[in-house]
Amino acid sequence: MAEATTVKRRPKHLDLAKIRLPLPGFVSILHRVSGAGLFVFGLPLLLWIFGASLGTAEQVDQCRAVLANPLIKLFLLGLLWAYLHHFCAGIRFLFLDMHKGIELKTARITAGVVLAVSLGLTFAIGVFIW
Amino acid sequence: MVKRLVVGAHYGFRDWLIQRVSAVVMALYTVLFAVRVLLMPANDNASWRALFTNGVAGGLMKFATFLFFLSLFYHAWIGVRDIWMDYVKPISVRITLHSITALLLIGYAGWAAQILWRL
Repeated sequence: MAEATTVKRRPKHLDLAKIRLPLPGFVSILHRVSGAGLFVFGLPLLLWIFGASLGTAEQVDQCRAVLANPLIKLFLLGLLWAYLHHFCAGIRFLFLDMHKGIELKTARITAGVVLAVSLGLTFAIGVFIW
Repeated sequence: MVKRLVVGAHYGFRDWLIQRVSAVVMALYTVLFAVRVLLMPANDNASWRALFTNGVAGGLMKFATFLFFLSLFYHAWIGVRDIWMDYVKPISVRITLHSITALLLIGYAGWAAQILWRL
């Protein structure tokens, strides 16, 4: 009975500006955001670049010219991050599905690892191919 | 009376499973792709093209790449459909978005096949 009277008064709202997500929640919503971004921008760009890079000499040159633009490079690096985050977070979710790493402490650590590895790899590949 | 959702998922478990199987296919392909690109003899278009055309390995790569694309599009279908189902409530808007998403992905599958098999 004592427990029933000490129920935490949690704030109830869906104000996006006020919601403070824990690290695993942050990784989770970024998984959705990166997936949506990959669908909208990533798929058509991937297919266009892939097709042009394996197309005629003219198409290859055209593709090179477009990819030389620093703004487009930066945008593609953003998509690369989206892919890598989706990849790393997805592997984490697969392990969670198998009930591996579901303890709060481990789950927080692996969420941090996902963020760090995907950002680190994006930076490394970005430096390598710029 | 059974209340049927016109544009629901219909098969929760099947889609849950396909989402994971397609994810594993893509993850494995990503590693294979990264290794093969890193092992290219030269950083030029001829080596890039050879990745998909050169002999048996090239043929297998073409096949694996197509499987990657199909997994990607099916995975995207389930993921994007879930987003629409979470945020878009009016049936008319939802069915429109579902249709556009599905048609787009079917078109992309044709595009991917055309890129790979004209090589």
